[in-house]
Amino acid sequence: MTRTARTILRKDVLIELRTKESVPAMTLFAITVYVLFHFGLDRDSLDGELASGVLWVTLLLAAVVGVSRLFAAEREQGGIDGLLLAPVDRTALFVAKAAAMFLFLTAVELVAVPAFALLLLGPGLGGAFPELLAVLVLGNLGIAALGALVAALAAETRAHELIVPLLLLPLLVPVLIACAQATEPLFRQEAGPEDLARWLGLLTLYDVVFVLLSVAVFDFLLED
Amino acid sequence: MAAIELERLERRYGERVALAGVSVRVEEGQTLAVLGGNGAGKTTLLRVLAGLLRPHGGGACVLGASLPDERWKLPARVGYLGHEPLLYRELSGRENLRYHAALHDVRASRVDELLGAVGIADRADEPVRDLSKGLVQRLAVARAVLHHPALLLLDEPRANLDPAAGELVEPLIGRSSGRTRVLVSHDVEGALAESDVSLGLRSGRPAPIDAELYR
Repeated sequence: MTRTARTILRKDVLIELRTKESVPAMTLFAITVYVLFHFGLDRDSLDGELASGVLWVTLLLAAVVGVSRLFAAEREQGGIDGLLLAPVDRTALFVAKAAAMFLFLTAVELVAVPAFALLLLGPGLGGAFPELLAVLVLGNLGIAALGALVAALAAETRAHELIVPLLLLPLLVPVLIACAQATEPLFRQEAGPEDLARWLGLLTLYDVVFVLLSVAVFDFLLED
Repeated sequence: MAAIELERLERRYGERVALAGVSVRVEEGQTLAVLGGNGAGKTTLLRVLAGLLRPHGGGACVLGASLPDERWKLPARVGYLGHEPLLYRELSGRENLRYHAALHDVRASRVDELLGAVGIADRADEPVRDLSKGLVQRLAVARAVLHHPALLLLDEPRANLDPAAGELVEPLIGRSSGRTRVLVSHDVEGALAESDVSLGLRSGRPAPIDAELYR
């Protein structure tokens, strides 16, 4: 299973490196939204709840762009048939797609989070960077697992670009709440670690539940 | 032993009947020619036999696997060459074949062997999007036989191939391959000449192979 997942993941990364379709679009989208907030709120700096809300809502919306494209090569070039015609454990396909989404989100955040800090973050991150990194990793895991599931569900539908946001965003509300709540103290002038462990625990629980749920139902999504 | 045995097979898309009452028996090593006009159900039949579509009625047994319950037995044993080449445009021919070889757990040397066999070794490192339809079809042939399938499902396999390329792929997907084959073609005489069993389809139902078949 691991070898098959690696094969599919390698193919997805190679196609993304050549087409440059998902990651640049997601990054550009996120930076554009931060610029819009910068001018729309007419403020040079945000902190606390507002800052964490803006950061995470923007990242989730950028993720929708990536999830919509996650099965694009499979859908448009017959890759799903190719996979169904091979003796491939479909869990490997889920793992590969979720891993690809995780990598894409990480690549986006390498640019988008510094851009957010530059455009909107008043006090700066200071010493809270390790904590923010933990929240980003756990948030990305949840988004990637659910994103792979929703992308597979929408892959064979004609209106997949409508279905992805309609399904994905409501399901990601718990991730948004946990990520925003965990990040909020980090963006306050007097940042303290209160409640961070509780929200990271909730994120971990969400990730575990959705990874297990996705593995359980993924087989059925690709049935005709 | 029968490689394919269909008994009053049915398949619908919603309310529309795509296949109904299709019965045929194909022995190991034989070729079944499936003939019919556009929309007759030929491609649907191939996709059912490949395990890509679930039959909705009747009985279907392919290589000893009863469909749909034992569809999982088919992937390693069926080679499917349909309208789509099932190749990624941004990857090279070699990368595409290596990808499929890895999925089928086939050794990498088989890729080079097939690239040579279909006469595309010198263009194998170009992206598929830069290749002509004929060269893409050669690659698709190589992909379909990469894992030594026992059954070949071929939908217009010589489409876009020039006569020389047709000869190149003959040992792989032609009668001389020795494999059980299901051949969909609009070349009625050619298909009948290389088949042991034939099936005419009109509006998804069996029909005699005569001048009326394409009306």
